[in-house]
Amino acid sequence: MTGPEEPSTPTPPENAVAGDRSPWNWLLFIPIVVPLLTFLYNADGPRILGFPRFYWLQLAFILLGVGATTLVYQMTKKR
Amino acid sequence: MWRDHELEIAIFVILFLAVSGIGFFAARWRRPDTLAHLDEWGLGGRNFGGWITWFLVGGDLYTAYTFVAVPALLFASGAAGFFAVPYTVIIYPLVFLVLVRMWSVSHRHGFVTPADFVRTRFQSPTLALLIAITGIVATMPYIALQLVGIESVLKTMGVTGSGTLARHLPIIIAFAILAAYTYSSGLRAPALIAFVKDILIYVVILVAVFYLPSKLGGWGAIFDAADAKFTKTPAATDGILLNANNQVQYFTLALGSALALFLYPHSLTGVLASKNRGVIKRNMSALPAYSFLLGLIALLGFAAIAAGVVPLKNPNGTNDNNTVVPLLFDKLFPDWFAGVAYAAIGIGALVPAAIMSIAAANLFTRNIYREYLKRDASPAQEAQASKIMSLVVKFGALLFVVFVDPQFSIDLQLIGGVIILQTLPAVGLGLFTRWFHRGALVAGWVAGMGLGLWMLYKIVNATTGRHFAGSNFPLSEWGFDTKKTIYVGFVAVLVNLAVAAIATLILRATSVADGGDGTEPSDYFADEGDARLSDAPTSPAPSAAAPDPIT
Repeated sequence: MTGPEEPSTPTPPENAVAGDRSPWNWLLFIPIVVPLLTFLYNADGPRILGFPRFYWLQLAFILLGVGATTLVYQMTKKR
Repeated sequence: MWRDHELEIAIFVILFLAVSGIGFFAARWRRPDTLAHLDEWGLGGRNFGGWITWFLVGGDLYTAYTFVAVPALLFASGAAGFFAVPYTVIIYPLVFLVLVRMWSVSHRHGFVTPADFVRTRFQSPTLALLIAITGIVATMPYIALQLVGIESVLKTMGVTGSGTLARHLPIIIAFAILAAYTYSSGLRAPALIAFVKDILIYVVILVAVFYLPSKLGGWGAIFDAADAKFTKTPAATDGILLNANNQVQYFTLALGSALALFLYPHSLTGVLASKNRGVIKRNMSALPAYSFLLGLIALLGFAAIAAGVVPLKNPNGTNDNNTVVPLLFDKLFPDWFAGVAYAAIGIGALVPAAIMSIAAANLFTRNIYREYLKRDASPAQEAQASKIMSLVVKFGALLFVVFVDPQFSIDLQLIGGVIILQTLPAVGLGLFTRWFHRGALVAGWVAGMGLGLWMLYKIVNATTGRHFAGSNFPLSEWGFDTKKTIYVGFVAVLVNLAVAAIATLILRATSVADGGDGTEPSDYFADEGDARLSDAPTSPAPSAAAPDPIT
């Protein structure tokens, strides 16, 4: 869809510069890559609460994801 | 048959009707001046805060897929079905990185669909049309999966007949009710119902994951029972761990599913309906609570093995694995609680079905109706076209249920994934770079879609001989001397990307005209309160808005 006739509003420069770039964002690749590495968790032992490693370790990756997204959010939000 | 389940049926029907009432009432919730505008009907006023977004996006992601399809896969194949957990882990950081940009550029330009974005970014109505059609078609099998989920519950309660029509009649009635309140209330209906749905589901799940293992001798015993079953079967592909042949399949399924999920038009609907970037980002930290539940629900597939559940049969004599979780509940829960659990599964399938059909309808209206059929459509006419299209999409999903019959219901979602993944270069990468030539993106789409559909066609069900029987392609078909399999969508999107990249180089070298770019870099960081280029109406700020405590 095309914008209305108002000439495209020039963006405040500080907005464009601040942008979204932050080295903290690279942390997010950890919970994206680690859960795909099957060799890390494809084993039965050790068991925790009856769960083979295959299951408890992958459930634990959820915490890794929560930790990384929370940290990046806190570090990059505008103050 | 059904007389054994009277109490379950009564509770299911009461809860189902109560929720339908809420669906109709939702039209009055956070009432706007008019519902006859796509931003209101289709995006709930673009004004949802943290809690609503949490329930809404969660309702999108955790569906009959979670409660029926994934446990069924674990029940039959073991560890290979657990890919849903890494899938739902990697999705959130991905969304965090990618979809906030989509939110910003959509906020600035008033986009409602991914095809709107592509239209402006690449100045190509053709590409936008392809993206729109892809989104609509890919959504249908996903909605069909929701239907299968409800059907599994109804089947367990014995209320389905044996003829073709009698078998699907209860579903058709349920869907007619759903269609009626989606039509009248738009996105507000699933957003409001999602609260009820999630409360029901949390209760059921918490009871299930604590009570059931105690009845079955603990999780250790459950895993041992599953192990014993898989060791006995002649098939080498199952087991409580992965084997040498399905690890590639495992991680390509997880990655492919995650990439597909945020390309689905309905995921975008949930994201665009939130009021600022912070709401989305905070939700990406809070939503994984659902992933934890998903993992435990998946393991109910093993609990069913330990409990000695025998799945009901399909009309053709094969096992209907979708019924294992409902049967497990029937066997181990008191009747009244089984009824509550069935209602949770049924309602849990309706919410996403409503959101998906709204998203697909928005695609039709914005990118086909307004672009090609009625260029001067008023906002009211747009909203009307969307409402009617939402009915058509649900009908399309019914056809999928009747005509596509994969061995596992999860393959309905995975086939949808193969289709939607072909929009990755234009929509996903398009958010970061305008490097691709618009013609090259069309070429990549054609190559990826063609290859993907051909591979899906080649997957034949060994017992019924029907095509489109799954989404894992045996590499031996290509002459590799191996039993390894791989997710079709993953291969198809790689080919899509390669073709798009090579074609871009060729088109640039031969100086074929490319479109411009209707967006500018700062559009991708715009936030609530920044100027909008489009004259989207704003809802009156709701006075009784939900508080936003996820901070």
